[in-house]
Formats: sequence, structure tokens, C-alpha cells
Amino acid sequence: MAAELWLQFVLALDATIRMSTPLILCAMAGIFSERSGIIDISLEGKMLLSAFAAASLAALTGSAVIGLAGAIITSVLFSLLHGFACITHKGNQVVSGLAINILASGLTVTIGFAIFSQGGQTPFLSRDQRFLPLELPFTETIESLPVIGPSIGVIYSEVISGHNILVWLAFLAVIVTGYVLFRTTFGLRLRAVGEKPEAVDTAGISVSWMRYKAVILAGILCGMAGAYLSIAHGGGFVREMTAGKGYIALAAMIFGNWRPVPVLLACLMFGFLEAIAARLQGVDLPLIGQVSTDLILVLPYVLTVILLAGFVGRAVPPRAIGVPYVKER
Amino acid sequence: MTVTHQQAKGRDTVPFAISLRGVEKTFGAVRANHNIDLDISTGDIHGIIGENGAGKSTLVSILYGFYQADAGTISVFGEEKTLRSTADAIAAGIGMVHQHFMLVPTFTVLENIILGHEGTDSLAKGFEAARVELAQLATRYGLDVDLDAIIEDFPVGLQQRVEILKALYRGANILILDEPTGVLTPQETDQLFDILRALKEQGVTILLITHKLREIMAITDHVSVMRGGEMVAHKRRSDTTPEELAEVMVGRPVRTDGIWHEANPGQIVLRAENLELTAGMSAKSTALVSDVSFALKAGEILGIAGVSGNGQSELLELLAGIRAPSNGSIQIGGRHVTAEMPATPSEIKSLGIAHVPEDRHSTGLILPFTAAETIILGYEDKMTGRTAGWLDPEELDEHCAGLMQDFDVRPPDPSLKSNLFSGGNQQKIVLAREMSAAPSILLVGQATRGVDIGAIEFIHKQLIAMRDKGCAIILVSVELDEILTLSDRIMVMNNGSSMGIIDRSEADARAIGLLMAGVG
Amino acid sequence: MEQKLPRWIDIGLLPVINILAAFIVAGVIIALIGENPFAALSVLVKGAFFYKGALGYTLFYATNFIFTGLAVAVAFHASLFNIGGEGQAMVGGLGLGLVALLLDPLLPPLLVVLIAIPAAVIFGAFWGVIPGWLQAKRGSHIVITTIMFNFIAASLMVWLLAGMLMAPGQMSPETRSFADGVALAQFHTLVSYVGLSVSKSPLNLSFIIALVACVGVWVLIWRTRLGYVIRATGHSERAVIYAGHSPAKIIIITMAISGGLAGLMALNEILGVQQRVILNFTSGYGFTGIAVALMGRNHPIGILLASLLFGALYQGGAELDFEFQTITREMVLMIQGLIILFSGALAYMFTPMVARVFASYISSSKGVD
Repeated sequence: MAAELWLQFVLALDATIRMSTPLILCAMAGIFSERSGIIDISLEGKMLLSAFAAASLAALTGSAVIGLAGAIITSVLFSLLHGFACITHKGNQVVSGLAINILASGLTVTIGFAIFSQGGQTPFLSRDQRFLPLELPFTETIESLPVIGPSIGVIYSEVISGHNILVWLAFLAVIVTGYVLFRTTFGLRLRAVGEKPEAVDTAGISVSWMRYKAVILAGILCGMAGAYLSIAHGGGFVREMTAGKGYIALAAMIFGNWRPVPVLLACLMFGFLEAIAARLQGVDLPLIGQVSTDLILVLPYVLTVILLAGFVGRAVPPRAIGVPYVKER
Repeated sequence: MTVTHQQAKGRDTVPFAISLRGVEKTFGAVRANHNIDLDISTGDIHGIIGENGAGKSTLVSILYGFYQADAGTISVFGEEKTLRSTADAIAAGIGMVHQHFMLVPTFTVLENIILGHEGTDSLAKGFEAARVELAQLATRYGLDVDLDAIIEDFPVGLQQRVEILKALYRGANILILDEPTGVLTPQETDQLFDILRALKEQGVTILLITHKLREIMAITDHVSVMRGGEMVAHKRRSDTTPEELAEVMVGRPVRTDGIWHEANPGQIVLRAENLELTAGMSAKSTALVSDVSFALKAGEILGIAGVSGNGQSELLELLAGIRAPSNGSIQIGGRHVTAEMPATPSEIKSLGIAHVPEDRHSTGLILPFTAAETIILGYEDKMTGRTAGWLDPEELDEHCAGLMQDFDVRPPDPSLKSNLFSGGNQQKIVLAREMSAAPSILLVGQATRGVDIGAIEFIHKQLIAMRDKGCAIILVSVELDEILTLSDRIMVMNNGSSMGIIDRSEADARAIGLLMAGVG
Repeated sequence: MEQKLPRWIDIGLLPVINILAAFIVAGVIIALIGENPFAALSVLVKGAFFYKGALGYTLFYATNFIFTGLAVAVAFHASLFNIGGEGQAMVGGLGLGLVALLLDPLLPPLLVVLIAIPAAVIFGAFWGVIPGWLQAKRGSHIVITTIMFNFIAASLMVWLLAGMLMAPGQMSPETRSFADGVALAQFHTLVSYVGLSVSKSPLNLSFIIALVACVGVWVLIWRTRLGYVIRATGHSERAVIYAGHSPAKIIIITMAISGGLAGLMALNEILGVQQRVILNFTSGYGFTGIAVALMGRNHPIGILLASLLFGALYQGGAELDFEFQTITREMVLMIQGLIILFSGALAYMFTPMVARVFASYISSSKGVD
């Protein structure tokens, strides 16, 4: 009985990691952009566009790697568009992000339908056109060990082994983001631009250039997130397949106070909620009784609002965010 | 990365650290800098003094690469330079300590100092190298700061020290300090001066921009006076006196315009008692207004003089109900406004007080609104009498046209957007609005800032006329001329406190100038 | 930036150029997928206005956008970016539905409708006030909170419509149909009473309510004290405090009005057509409202014109989908995104170019000096 529960729990952890991966990548993207002072609502749209690009290219060329490259390029292009509107033209950053999201919804299906004529989705991808789960060595042996096998061994064989490379890259991205932001010169300047651009300007560095670089980095990460959805986790592009994940990533970023490790934890928490939502349907929990799927799925949004209201902790965004930098004297 | 001590000493052979010839800078219709010639001797502490609006900030911005001069030449250590950007200025060895610090509040001291000049990609290595260099700078200049403290925890004086260190770390041989003591306590000011003397000894040339005579006399070797965008005097500090400088700063003896005539003051209508306003958390709180007391009578003009930033703005906000006092009280009629019982702007209005704010652009007007709309700001309920809650454009236009005629606003077009009127006419709109409410007390901040001569005279006449009708007027102004023209009594503010209230008969430019500048 | 351009350029020419830019880009994309953009444009226009019943459909869609556009515009006047129109419309519809379902066995249909309409407004207003309050009193960024509230509303709808509000014996997430007559009459029916005949379309009385709302919003913003203070708050909170008002109060009131207007959108779909509450009846129209408000420069007349344009787009888009093999209704979303991009984020991109052309036109017409 306990072993069964344990296994269920471990499987849920496994699912958590798979659900969290796109969130983690998008949230790291958001961190780069917003830490430099540019609000980015368009994580959702960029992810959708890259998912489409990845699946289409994988279907057309047969190579998942080309799909990934295409996804990244697409996302970077739209990031540059966002940057162009916000940095060079000092346009409204929220409007620009919104525009990209809506444009993404329309553009993906329009082009998808034109190319593949399948109602906007790409054809189902075969195994070689996707990124496949990587089985780590010795999983079977470890699982079959007495005592250790069913308890800790399953963590190795189910949770850690069996993920595709993009999952590993996502966790790597967290480490890289933290390193870049807090241990490199580039990161110091980027954070300064988001807090007090005047300080960077009077040090002789271009604020605009820094922001463009941040936005490009965000594009790369979003591209990876999109590719994960359509050619690693899933087997093709389906319209609106991002289903709000970009917004949840946004929420996670705010929840984690724009710091990589807390944001990672927030992503994992939200991913966990998504993973157990379906599993808990019809299940009687002690004390609470039956919980509806919708209630669990809405928790990330509700929790974010509670955080924003300042009732539990405080979300402190970069000081200079959302304000186009104008040299004033 | 940084210019070494040896190189700095080597430049001693060049007589002038900075030379300006014929520098011009115009913004639209305003000539901010005109025909500027200036020589700053190497290794000198050189002061530039002048009133608000004299053009000092523009000049300094040109030296730091923010603006480019329209004409003229700039030479740094004998070489002519074009300073197109801050990077150029830094490369030329010019460092600047801004009036409003350019520090990232959430960063540590070390992070702020190396920002932009890290020297390497890896922060850890950059920090290491910087620590070594900064230790040397600390011993050489006596600038000891805890490198790992977070800036926003520092008091202002220490933050400034970081700014200086930052400039030196970037290799500055010439240090420009823009109004450095405005935010410092007297002790912090003394500490700053010790640092400046130490810097001078090590061969750093210092340019000190200030309006405070005391500082000029305390620390500079040479001083240049700016007025109206031009350089009007260059003196050796040892050859001059504060009085002489004050007179050159202000420009001309007191005008006797004939606008003023004897007042007929009545009852006391407002009493301020030990007014205090503190801001900030207890550890770093600053007293913005400190122990101010005065009594205001009906039918008199009380002028509040002082260079901007010495508490007058805050005093006005206290009187207008925009801020609540931290201590002390304001008594208006039967109402005591205290920290426990603050008043709102609408309550203040209902007590018969009108307020012409200091900054008409951000507060007094709504720039995108038409004149007819702006002229009812704060008084909308008076305009919707006819039909409840309804704003009739014809009624608004009529009302505005009438006021525009009474107050000579040009062009008398109620449908013109507020931001398209000239400064003088904008101010007249605000005055028309507040004065036509027939207040018993009128608070006026910077009545004629940015206003042309013709409008100035008109506005002054209007103020005297209000006074004659029995209105009590508090007039805050950084223009000494204005204070002397209009006031019956004058209170001078410095560093948040009142330096005393003197009667018109005892006031003259020199005396007040000295009080304003913190001397005496 | 000194806008030395005359008003007609700022209000008339530039927005038109922005829309043209959006359409040109769309045309390029259409060409890339192998269709003739001009043929597509012709089908779009014919499908929106000239085919049987088309005009009715166009105006029907436009009605939705007028409500959501007005909602966004009112908030914009106070410098608030209300992205939550979608959620506010949903909750408004919920309120409407609840009233109808509770009262229709008890009261005559006309009375039910008359009570249901304010219910939609109040429920929508409520959904707007919460983010408004959070912004005013707790400093929570209204953009983020309204986005969150959209999702929360959607979840709420699913939970209720698949749960306790679901019509008994049904499998799909929707309520039972309202009693007969609990509806807003459709034009073609109304008009037939007077002996005229118009093609069938879902255009209904909500359209009239929408027009009234346009007038109402205009009066509110430009003719009342409240509207004055709302606009003042949008320009300068400092000036408003100086004038004796509370920006926090104004923000909350504005969001209530904004949410209420969005709630009215539910009338068109639920009372005008469906006569029951179905899932996702808002279909993204809340976001279209943002495009409409941006294009219409937050003025009811502009919003009316922009709503017509988008109504034509949606209806014409359906025709495009029907007649062209390679085009789907998502094409409309694409154009919508492009319009938001050019009219919103890049609104002044063409200004320097236009200014130069204008300046050279002026100097050449004055002769060489």
C-alpha cells in the first residue's frame, strides 16, 4: 500500500519535471528581459511561434536539431521586434507584448494550415524527428535491487532518467542564468540597467545595447521552451498548444522575485500542480475530500495575485522596469 | 585601467587642466551658456558660483559629455577635445559627482564602483583586482569605505564618498562636484572638505559648482561667478570677500519699482508653531523642515527667501495640506493642523486658502488639457452648479474667457491646450484660477519662474492688489529681486530652518544674500 | 516630442497609415502562403458587407467590440491598462446567467431581462474592481493582476458550467436555455413586425445598447466632473492630489466602470443569440477590445469606427475561410496582432517620415525661399 503510494508520488515528481521544463526556460527568459528593464508579456507568443517553427522544420527536414535551431531563430527575431518597439521606439511594452501574443496565435495557424493543411497543426512527428528521452545507464539493475530499488532506486530510474536533452538544458539554463547574472560583468551591467539606467549611462555604457542583448537572450530561451513543447515533450504542433504556460512562467518569475533559484522552485511548484491536477480527479483526499481539477489548475494564478497584493511577502521588480530610458538632464 | 598617480603628477607641467573658449549652448529660445571663457589651473580647487538658472548645470553637462556645445572649444590639459559622450569625458580624465547620485541602490559599494570598468568578464576577478586598487586609493586619499555594504543603507555623506571614489577609480584627474553639499549635514560637509583638500594634495584638480558662499570661501583657490548664462567674474579667492561675491551673483542693487506701497496688515490669520517635517526611516531621516514658526497677518505679504532645496517647497506643501507635519502645528482660524489631525488639500481649500504650486507643469496645470479645463482644476464643483455633475463646455469657455481677460492671458483662447501657452501665460492661468476663488490666504510658490518681464510686472501688481484687498500672502521665491519687490516681511530659510524674519525696512540684497547662502 | 503636426494628421492620417502598414504586412504573408492578397481583400470586403446577411453579422460582431473597446478606453483615460476585459465579460455573463436562471420561472421575461442587464454590469464591474483596488491600495501592477484574473475567470466558468450550473441531463458545459422571451430581440425579427424584411443575422438590440453606451461614455468622460477627474488622474496624479482628490478612489471607480462595460458584452452573445451561458462565449473579444481602443484613440467615435473595421474583419474572415482553401479564421487574429503592433507599440514610427513629407510639401507650396 505504502509502496504503491510512494510509486505514485515518484511518478508525479517525474511528471512535474516534464511539466516544469517549458516554464523554467520561459521564466529564465523573462528574468533576463525584465532584469534589464523591459516588461515581457510575450513569452507566451514567442513560445508558441517557436513551437510551430520547431515542429514544422522537424517535419520538413526530418531533423529535430534543425527544428530546435529554427525555433531559437524565430524566437530571437520576435524578441528583436519587441525590442525594436520598446527600446528604439520607446513604445508601450505591454502593448507590444500583447501584439506579439495575438499575432502568434494567428500566424502559426495561418502558415501551418498553408503548409500542412491539417487544421493548423503539423503532422505527427516520428521518433527521429523529435528529441527522445535519454535513458541513463543501469536503471533496470538499480530498480531490481532489494529494498533500495523500490524506494530510492525508482527516483533514479523514473525521475532522473528518461528525460530528453531539453529538460537537462532547462536545468542547466538555471545555473547559467544565475552565473551570468551574478558572476559576470555582463550580468552586473544588465542588473544595473534595470535598476538605475542613469548609473550605467554615466559610466559610458549604452543602455539600449544592453537591453537588446537581454532581449536576445530571452529569445533564445523562449525558443528552447517552444521546441521542447512540440518536438520533445509532444509530437508536433497543435494550435494554441502553449495553453497559457507563458503566463504561468510570468507568474513564476514574479513569485520567485526575479531570482533564478526561487523562480525555479516556483516553476516546479506550478509544474507539480499541473502534474497532479488530472491525477487527483475523483480521488478522496484526507480532510479536503474531492478537489476539482480546475481548482488546482487555477492555483498558480491565485497565488500570484495574493503575492502581488503584498499579503504574503513582497514582489520587488527591478526599479526601472517598464520605463523607456530617456537621457534627461 | 586607472590613470596612475605618476601620470597625474606629470600633468602638473600643463598650467590649465581645463580651458574653455567661447562656449555656447542654446535650448530653443533660452541661451543657457553664452560666450563662456574659463581657465581652471591644474591642481586647483576652482569654484563656480551663481544663482539658480545661471547656467552652471548646463556648463557642467557639457564638460561631462551629456550635451555638446553649440560653439567654442574645450581643452583638457592643453589638448583640444570633443566630448561627444560620457565615455569621452571619462577617457579625458574628467570625473563627475552628480547632484543626484548615479548609484544603484541595491548594489554594494564595490559593485557600484567597478560598474562599467570591470576590466574582465569574470566578476570575481574584477572584484579582486579592484579591491587592491581601491585599498591603494583609500590610503592615498583617505577615502575609507566598507566595500561590501549596500548603497541604500548608507547615509548621504557616505554615498557621496562612494561617488568620489568611483570617479577616481575611473581615472579622473579632474573632479567635478555639482552642488555637493545640498544634501549634507554640516559635519558631513566638513568631512567632504577634508577629502577635497587631500585630493588636491595628490594633484587632482577640482571644480566645485555651488551657490553657497561659505563653501567658496572655505575651500576654493579661485572662483568664477556665473549670471544669466555668462561668466561675469573670475577672482582669486584670497582677493575677494563674500559680500563682493554676493553682489556679483545677484547682479544689481535693489530695484525700486514703485509697485510696492505701504501695507495695512490686520488680524493674524495663520500661525505656524515649531513646524517640523522629517522624512525617511529613523536611521537615515532628514529634517526637511525644522522648527519653523511664524505668524501671518491679513493684508500682508510674507516673503520666504532661500535657495531652492532648503525646505521652502516642503513648507508650502505643509501649509497646503499636501503633506502632514511630523511635529508642530499650523493654526488657521479655529483649526489646528497637526500630525495627529492632518488636513487634506480640499479641507485647506474650504478654509479659504488657495495655492499656486511651485511647479506648474507637474502640479499646477494639466498640460494636455485646454485652458478652459485647466482653469477649473480643483474647483470643478463650482462649475457644475447649473446641472448637477455636468460640465457645460460653453459655461467653461465663458468662465475661462472672463478670467483670461481679467488676467491678460494671451492668446485669450480657452480652447488652446495648456502646454501651448508661454510660461508667463501659463502662470497667469494658474494665478487667475487661484485668485478668482477670493481666498483669505494665498500660498504662492515661484510666482514668476520662467516668466517673461512683461508678465512678471503684471503678476506682481496682481499680488499687491490682492494684498490690498486684505488677502494674506505667503510668497516663496528663489528670486531675491521678487522677494524684495513684494514682501512686507521676509523670512529666510536655510537647511530647513528659518534664519529669522526681518522687516522690509531692514532688508537689503547683501544681508539677505548672505542669509540665503548660509552665512551669518 | 514636439508634435508640430496639425491635428488632422495626428488623428486622421497617422492611424490610417498604421492600419495600412498592418494590412500590407498581412498582404505579404498572404502572398507568401500562395494566395492573391487583392483577391483576399475583395472577398473580405464582400463577405463583410455585401453578401446576404453579411452586414448584420458585421454589426453583430462590432457590438461586442464596442463594449470591450469602451471598457479598455475608459480605463486608459485614467492611465490604467485593463487587459482583463475578457474575464470581466465572462463574469458579467455569469451574473446575467445566474439572474436569468433564478428568476425566469418566477417573473415575466421582460422583467427578467431588465434585471439581468444591470446584473451583467455589476458582476463585470466587480471583476474589474478587485484588480483596481489592488492597484490603488496595494500597488499591484494592474496589467499582471488583470491577466491573472482572466485565467481565474475562465477556470471559474469551467468549474461552474461543467458543474452545478450545467443543464441537467446534458454532457456539454453550458446552462439550460432561458425561458422563452428572456432574450434581446434580433433585428430581422423586429423589423418584420413593421412589415419590412431584412436578411437573417444575429444582430440584436444589444447593438442599440452599445450605441447608447458610446454616447454615455462620451458624456461621462468629457461632460461630467467625474470624467474630468478621471482624465486628470490619467495625466498627473500629483496635480489631482493638489486639486484635492484621491487618486486611489478614482482608480477604483474607473475600473468599476470599465469592468461594467465589458460585462455588457455578455448581453450580445447570451441574450442576443445563445439564450444560455456557454463556455468561452467571449472568444477573445476582450483582447480585440484593446486593439479597438488603441486604434480608436480611446474616443467613442474612433472606437465605433474601429469596431466596425474589426467586425468586418471577423465576418469577412469567416468568408475568407470559406472561400479560400489555404486561409482559416486565424488570419483575422494575425491581422489583429499586426494592427495592435502598428497602432499601439509602433504608433509613432511613421511620424518622422510623415513630418518630413509634410514639411517639404509646405515649403514647396510656399515657393522656394
